[in-house]
Amino acid sequence: MKEIYLDNAATTPMSEAVLTEMTDKMRNVYGNASTLYGLGRESHTVLEQSRHIIAQSINATDDEIVFTSGGTEGDNTAIIQTAIARKKEGMHLITTAVEHQAVLQPMLYLESLGYEVTYLPVDATGHISLDDLKNALRDDTILVSIMSGNNEVGSVMPIHEIGELLKDHQAWFHTDAVQAYGLLDIDVQRDHIDMLSTSAHKINGPKMVGFLYKREGVNIPSLLKGGEQEEKRRAGTENVPAIAGFAKAVEEITSAEKAARQEKYAGFKQQIVEGLKANDIAFEVNGDLDRSELQHVLNIWIKGISTYVMQTNLDLAGIAISGGSACTAGSIEPSHVLTAMYGDDSPRIAESIRISFGRGTTAEEIDQLIASITAIVNRLKKRSEVK
Amino acid sequence: MIYFDNSATTMADPEVISTYDAVSKQIWGNPSSLHNFGEQAFNLLEQSRQQIADLLGVSLSEILFTSGGTEGDNWILKGTALEKRQFGNHLITTAVEHPAIHNSMEQLKDLGFEVTYLPVDEHGRINVADLKAALRPTTILVSVMAVNNEIGTIQPLKEVGDLLKDYPKVHFHVDAVQGIGKGISDLIFNDRVDFITFSGHKFHAPRGTGFIYAKRGKRIAPLLSGGGQERNLRSGTENVPAIAAMAKGLRLLLTDEDKKVAQQRAIRDHILDHVKNYPLVTLFSEENESFAPHILCFAIRGVRGETIVHAFEEQGIFISTTSACSSKKHMASSTLSAMRIPEAISTSAIRVSLDEHNTMAEADEFNAAFDKLYDQFKKLSNETAK
Ligand SMILES: Cc1ncc(COP(=O)(O)O)c(C=O)c1O
Ligand SMILES: Cc1ncc(COP(=O)(O)O)c(C=O)c1O
Repeated sequence: MKEIYLDNAATTPMSEAVLTEMTDKMRNVYGNASTLYGLGRESHTVLEQSRHIIAQSINATDDEIVFTSGGTEGDNTAIIQTAIARKKEGMHLITTAVEHQAVLQPMLYLESLGYEVTYLPVDATGHISLDDLKNALRDDTILVSIMSGNNEVGSVMPIHEIGELLKDHQAWFHTDAVQAYGLLDIDVQRDHIDMLSTSAHKINGPKMVGFLYKREGVNIPSLLKGGEQEEKRRAGTENVPAIAGFAKAVEEITSAEKAARQEKYAGFKQQIVEGLKANDIAFEVNGDLDRSELQHVLNIWIKGISTYVMQTNLDLAGIAISGGSACTAGSIEPSHVLTAMYGDDSPRIAESIRISFGRGTTAEEIDQLIASITAIVNRLKKRSEVK
Repeated sequence: MIYFDNSATTMADPEVISTYDAVSKQIWGNPSSLHNFGEQAFNLLEQSRQQIADLLGVSLSEILFTSGGTEGDNWILKGTALEKRQFGNHLITTAVEHPAIHNSMEQLKDLGFEVTYLPVDEHGRINVADLKAALRPTTILVSVMAVNNEIGTIQPLKEVGDLLKDYPKVHFHVDAVQGIGKGISDLIFNDRVDFITFSGHKFHAPRGTGFIYAKRGKRIAPLLSGGGQERNLRSGTENVPAIAAMAKGLRLLLTDEDKKVAQQRAIRDHILDHVKNYPLVTLFSEENESFAPHILCFAIRGVRGETIVHAFEEQGIFISTTSACSSKKHMASSTLSAMRIPEAISTSAIRVSLDEHNTMAEADEFNAAFDKLYDQFKKLSNETAK
């Protein structure tokens, strides 16, 4: 039986072109990019070409791109290092209640150091309100960190409006675009974004590499100190093969490709919703089916069946989905995202699953998913009736 | 082509690349995911951890994965500072550490910590009496590298460990990025060491990999927080393919270690014995067991280090000025200046660094190239021949 992978928001397999690029660079371009001689210059050239491709992808300039070890490092750096650098200008930060832990944990850390953090609430579709943001903004706010798109329910935040609002405020605007980068057109100029973090393994690139975009003039001290790599903004021998692989993955997600994927994934969502309805499954969508959302994530509440039971039964049927975000490291904790959307006494918290599509997903796989969910629900229902 | 710059970075081993390739195709799931893809990734992650722990004779829970040597060094220093702040604000290191240590210490100074840099003698070695004198009731960490990356000095880790037995609360950290696989494992894993940093790309494993050893019961605060991976100490989706490849690289490195070390030492000495007779040469590395087997540093007085590096490159031989990280800027070597070598000489220093694949024939070629270039160097040298 071929297993079906519907957990692409957790991680994605590398595309063939990316892996080929990486192993090719591992074999052939191994000089240390910081050395003087030819081998090093070759590495340096690959590094800078990759940087250029990536900068273009968000309408930034090359020297605004700093390579990192992934989304977590980008988020930690943007938040903690801004707080350290701008302490004199204020000690207040704003974020949302539905960020990834890579944002929330650094915020908690800053609170332990005496900083104040406002966590904006979200509505039942997972969106913040601009008015709440306006009200939370203070003269001493130094950073607003709001994700571009949510990893559990796919809600897209009003990034352009937030950028406009903050344009004339001292607070810098950071966005975690780890989930959105592969699906939405991002333009840091248009949206007045000061910092943005990404992670390659969510877009069929290698793991443990990402970038932090920092607008020119956004000066924060490096989180990792050491050699003078990345213009002193991120120490550590450059991971040239992985960076080249990342650039290859970025080349594969052209604007047209992103739009096509949004379209295709929207169709899968529709297929699931209609399929489950037709089979009389009692369920609700957590979030919004609107076309402007991230279409690769569908979070549904299957009434009366616990997340764990549904997930293990699907796993036995050869279908991989998630109970929320993968990144609470294997633990099954109640989702802070669903809690923020529905309150902590909602049955949705314990009875929801996340299905996330990737470039390999097919309509036949979605049919199998629908059939499997239906079979599991009916089997469990029958069992409880017998009891 | 002869690659003699293995202290800057090494070529990934073909077997390491195949492992990376195969795992990337088959076991690419997220180890935190609870389904089968995740479980397979988790199992491979833990198998790799077990393999590394077994190779090093430590336990599974003492190995934590990082993105490389720089992260390991930063993490252990800052993580100790944060964790042990209430016990003191004093840290001790040496004047000859890698910038990953030195610049982390400088950053901690800005945050109100006090740092003592131990001086070194003419061999680049610290004196344990200086360490003893520097220890204070407020000292929370002592960080001493195993092998210096510029000239190859092995630090007296055993003596440091013995001294620190009287200071059981002080974290003892060793940066072993240059020391792994070089025949000094007993020294690195001496029974007093609490934390050790390793970097994959220095031993033919992929870039962007590394790990730290953290002795059971010794705590540091995380540097990267988020999803709670690595026992909540190092967040970020784990790079299972690269970690599996790193475990493979480490196994290859440590197979027949003694033989490989002897070979590197013989090659190093062969070059050293050759160049030492030339009047313009000043040697910094020495031909004895208190220097690592793979590093040879010497100056050709009066000729700039970069000029020498380029001249050898034209002969197809890749060497470097003292360390990759400072070689872009034409800076004098920090190790040599700590040894009080005048700048006029230290800016003429070059480093030859070997791995287990280098051969005696390559050393002969190097020596022949050296002879050929020496006349050129003599003309370039602004030092009047004696
Ligand atoms: C929204 C979001 N931010 C940050 C991260 C962290 O990225 P990484 O695990 O690559 O460090 C993830 C995924 O894990 C994510 O989904
Ligand atoms: C002694 C020493 N420590 C730390 C590092 C940093 O390691 P990495 O390049 O993996 O970040 C290096 C090498 O650059 C080194 O030689």
